[in-house]
Amino acid sequence: MALKRLKGAALAALSVAVLASGSVQGWAAGTLRVGMTAADIPLTTGQTDQGGEGMRFMGYTVYDSLIEWDLTSADKASVLIPGLATEWSVDPDDQTKWTLKIREGVTFHDGSPFTAQDAVWNFEKLLNPDSEQYDPRQSAQGKSRIPAVASYKALDDYTLEITTTTPDATLPYQLAWILMSSKANWEAKGKNWEEVAKDPSGTGPWKLTGFVPRERAELVPNTAYWDETRIPKLDKMILMPLPEPNARTAALLSGQVDWIEAPAPDTIPALTGNGFEVVSNAYPHNWTWHLSRLDDSPWNDIRVRKAANLAIDREGLKQLLGGLAVPAKGFLPPSSQWFGNPTFDVKYDPEAAKALLAEAGYGPDKPLKVKALISPSGSGQMLPLPMNEYVQQSLAEVGIEVEFMVVEWNQMINLWRAGAADPSVDGSQSINFTYFIQDPFTGLIRHLSCDLIAPNGTNWGHYCDEEMQDLFNQIKTTFDPEAQDAVLRKTHEKFVNEALFLMVTHDVAPRAMSPKVDGFVQAQNWYQNFSGITIEE
Amino acid sequence: MFTYLVRRLIYVLPVAVGVSIICFLLVHIAPGDPLTAIMPVDATAEEQAAMRSAYGLDKPLPVQYAIWIGKAAMGDLGKSIATGRPVADEVFTAVRNSLLLAFSASVIAFPIGLFLGFLAGYFRDTIFDRLVTAIAITGVSVPNYWLGIVLVIIFSVQLGWLPSMGAGPGGSGEWTWDYAHVRHLILPAVTLAVVPIGIVARTVRALVGDIFSMDFVQALYAKGLRHGDVLRHVVRNAAPTALSVMGLQLGYLLGGSILIETVFNWPGSGFLLSNAIFQRDLPLLQGTILILSLFFVGMNLIVDVAQAAIDPRIKRS
Repeated sequence: MALKRLKGAALAALSVAVLASGSVQGWAAGTLRVGMTAADIPLTTGQTDQGGEGMRFMGYTVYDSLIEWDLTSADKASVLIPGLATEWSVDPDDQTKWTLKIREGVTFHDGSPFTAQDAVWNFEKLLNPDSEQYDPRQSAQGKSRIPAVASYKALDDYTLEITTTTPDATLPYQLAWILMSSKANWEAKGKNWEEVAKDPSGTGPWKLTGFVPRERAELVPNTAYWDETRIPKLDKMILMPLPEPNARTAALLSGQVDWIEAPAPDTIPALTGNGFEVVSNAYPHNWTWHLSRLDDSPWNDIRVRKAANLAIDREGLKQLLGGLAVPAKGFLPPSSQWFGNPTFDVKYDPEAAKALLAEAGYGPDKPLKVKALISPSGSGQMLPLPMNEYVQQSLAEVGIEVEFMVVEWNQMINLWRAGAADPSVDGSQSINFTYFIQDPFTGLIRHLSCDLIAPNGTNWGHYCDEEMQDLFNQIKTTFDPEAQDAVLRKTHEKFVNEALFLMVTHDVAPRAMSPKVDGFVQAQNWYQNFSGITIEE
Repeated sequence: MFTYLVRRLIYVLPVAVGVSIICFLLVHIAPGDPLTAIMPVDATAEEQAAMRSAYGLDKPLPVQYAIWIGKAAMGDLGKSIATGRPVADEVFTAVRNSLLLAFSASVIAFPIGLFLGFLAGYFRDTIFDRLVTAIAITGVSVPNYWLGIVLVIIFSVQLGWLPSMGAGPGGSGEWTWDYAHVRHLILPAVTLAVVPIGIVARTVRALVGDIFSMDFVQALYAKGLRHGDVLRHVVRNAAPTALSVMGLQLGYLLGGSILIETVFNWPGSGFLLSNAIFQRDLPLLQGTILILSLFFVGMNLIVDVAQAAIDPRIKRS
């Protein structure tokens, strides 16, 4: 409670007082100091923890994956590109068999070469508990990301074969999660992952040169990086965990860091007023209410779902968030390559909403009552309390009365895993859970697939629809990327046309930086490229 | 004295065991799941079950407690679920940082509190007394995290004199007593000192005032003792209670600085505890609470013994 009060008081105090503050000092010499939102340095051994931020700062910096995300453009949606694999293809006669050509001439930071055998060794690290290098911590992070992988073998030094359990065209997206650590380094460290954590070795554009747990990590450029365009221009990048938003903002304003992730919306005027730059961009994130589709749920009626979607003034909500939001037009952000052309226009139209509710049998004399599960805070949840209160008010204005069940974030994750039918959710008919929606599986399939109904998977609302399942199957069996994109668009159109979620907004990943920082291009992705950044000395 | 010390030490044992049981139960009663910190949110139920078993979280609570306390008694507090690092290393590093902060705050707070309190008690019901009382009440009443934020705005953001966060330019691992590091300590230590200044000043003021109005003081004057000698008696009578209050305050400073450590991103036990709570990192949470409570119990023991040394009546009782 006190921490909550602290946050409120601090935001107000900082916003008001700092507006008047003067010049900002700094002492960076080719060094970028970053204040992260994480409470600790992400796991350094390869497969990172700390969610998207871990992958962003300790994953795609120190390591590479076989297939990577293109992080070069701010204007177009991020797509997959070759990483440690230069090309990949599926066997037309046996669509469970994939062949990947491994990039030649790549070396780990310790000097050892990267080969197909190393890729196999890394899969074993995550998937085979009997292997010598099996690491439960990395496995906990990586195993669930590659459900399709059944087996793998090196055909030669530069050819890798992966077999999937069933034909699965989303494998390349799954492989973009898996980061490759050095076998030679692990052996040199006595085959001990705790020792590797202190001095890890990947193939990425940055090398970790030291870290103090919970306080800082130092990265320097890997000047021998295989992609010359991604050799960092900075001398050094220092990562500091600064979980408290006000401490982050104060650190930036006082010149102790040059860059902070996720400044609180209330502090943006203070930051921009003092010459700091706040950058943001659309990326695959959404803020929705995931609806229960159990038999007794009022959300089973498409008219009710559409009415709720038409009741929310998203532009007003954007103002509440200091302009740092993309109003939802669908489940995916409008700039997504898979958005398609849905016919249901997600907009603010309270009269149409009331008409739909009346058609469904609700009205001033018979308001619709729903129970919604929310949390007061949480990773990626933006500002859940004021935002949910805003949604509650909007829905009340068209005749939907919302009762909240508020639980702390860690418990919320458990209730999300448990699903709508679990007694622990106490009859709640929706859950406000923000989503990482970067690839076909995390973006669409996992939320509504019949075989993933909670608690066996992440289909919280127990939705199951034959036509949707058929689309999901098509996504997995369409191996031509363009044709697969077309199916993904069609799937998303169904998400929107049937108003399967209460689609509210998308985050824009704001980050604030000193005016000395230059050359950063914010990709439409959870991960970012720090190689092009320079800092004025 | 020896018997007294042994008796007090014997009292410490059940208190420590009681504290360990309560802290173990509390962290298990709280809703939430430690696996959340180490697994992607969409890890399958099967993967979660395997991980739960790997960490022994599927065993009955009494068994988990017995295993934990057995290892703790041997100095092994296990490994943090969230970081995989030994809890003992994490806790002792954090406690060392908190001790640094708590002692610095004490060095500021106790002399000022004692001085102000004594003067206010001595000059009771004068304008000086009222001024000190006002300062003391303000010190106790102002939320110190708010004060911390205000100090950051003034001295870090506006004036740029002192850093707003962290325990030194290279992190707490490289702490040395030079200005580059000590400047990181100033704002959090001053902020943390404000409440104990108020509490110590108020306590000492009341004590000194009461003692001065006691019959024995009049008797001492009547016997012809000089004013300085009478003061010595007053101080000696006030010392046990003042010591007790300062001991407790030091305990609070160590364990109760979660908010200050959060505001200043100071890598101490409060900061560690707050992260452990949000991540439901059971071994880390249990280990930190246990060490902090043992420290508190230890502080009380030291204070009790010191009180007994100063005031023989306590020993006899």
